[in-house]
Amino acid sequence: MSKTIIYIAVMASVTYIIRVLPLTILRKPITNKFLRSFLYYVPYVTLAVMTFPAIINATRSPVAGGAALAAGSIAAYFGADLFKVAVVACTVVFGAELVIFM
Amino acid sequence: MTKQKSKNISVFLAGCRDGIPIGFGYLAVSFSLGIAAKNAGLTALEGFFASLFCVASAGEYVGFTMIAASASFFETAIATLVTNARYLLMGCALSQKMSPTLPLYHRMGVGFGVTDEIFGISVSRSGELNPYYNYGAMATSIPPWAIGTLLGILAGNLLPESVVSAFSVALYGMFIAVIIPAAKKDKVIAGLIIASFALSFAASELPVVSSLSEGTRTIILTVLISSFAAIVFPKDFEVKEGENE
Repeated sequence: MSKTIIYIAVMASVTYIIRVLPLTILRKPITNKFLRSFLYYVPYVTLAVMTFPAIINATRSPVAGGAALAAGSIAAYFGADLFKVAVVACTVVFGAELVIFM
Repeated sequence: MTKQKSKNISVFLAGCRDGIPIGFGYLAVSFSLGIAAKNAGLTALEGFFASLFCVASAGEYVGFTMIAASASFFETAIATLVTNARYLLMGCALSQKMSPTLPLYHRMGVGFGVTDEIFGISVSRSGELNPYYNYGAMATSIPPWAIGTLLGILAGNLLPESVVSAFSVALYGMFIAVIIPAAKKDKVIAGLIIASFALSFAASELPVVSSLSEGTRTIILTVLISSFAAIVFPKDFEVKEGENE
């Protein structure tokens, strides 16, 4: 068996267990205040940590990635959904790099 | 019985309909995820099944960076656990909407598709959760997610460099679409996002810390920053009757 398949199996199993555990075992809400607060903050912190500086390293020009972050944030602030924000970010990178690599 | 059956079908179809726009978004984002998977050395089929079985943007992305870095399986499991920890919280919220008599196989079925978006549309529905709604949303959104990953791996190198570069930020666009509205509503989250950006940047530049893998840095920073926030800014949630802290 290829090593990659084991990696995928590990990822899939852990992901599924996390999702299904509270639905099957936990029938009462978590009452511990620290734990609840911690779980509340985790998604935003982890996504923020993963977004920056990765976004400026993902594109050919860091300036284009930075511009995508700014434009995407503004679009999201004014209520654009997932799809629209992704499109805005991609378009900005494409446009910015057209100018930069002209 | 037949009445319940026809109701389940109409609820399933409602889920299918609501899952379509999610599926479109997934297609674009998973295309960019496919590029990351390709960089980690995955074949198109491996990427397809990784997305079909994991259905997790950030979680898969971290997993792929772990594969690229030849991290240990244990490290990969921990990174997946931390990155997807939010699903634990979502599952807790969703479990409160389930009828106590809902059979185990439905709980296991619904659990497979707890993504940010499916959670969002199913938890906001009124009344008890009907698993068929989630199945419908899964039916129209998960296949595009898997197919997009496959296409990203296949077509990632057929496209001009400028297009690949543009697509590579779609995933971050999705992350931004989750964190910014939350920051708008909660000033603590806004501050945490700025702190996370700054610390993540510092961690990528500082000696010693920057030699750790990206996934490990994400785990450490997430636990540190979220713990700090939970202690300094404990969140007052609505406590249900009969519960006291």
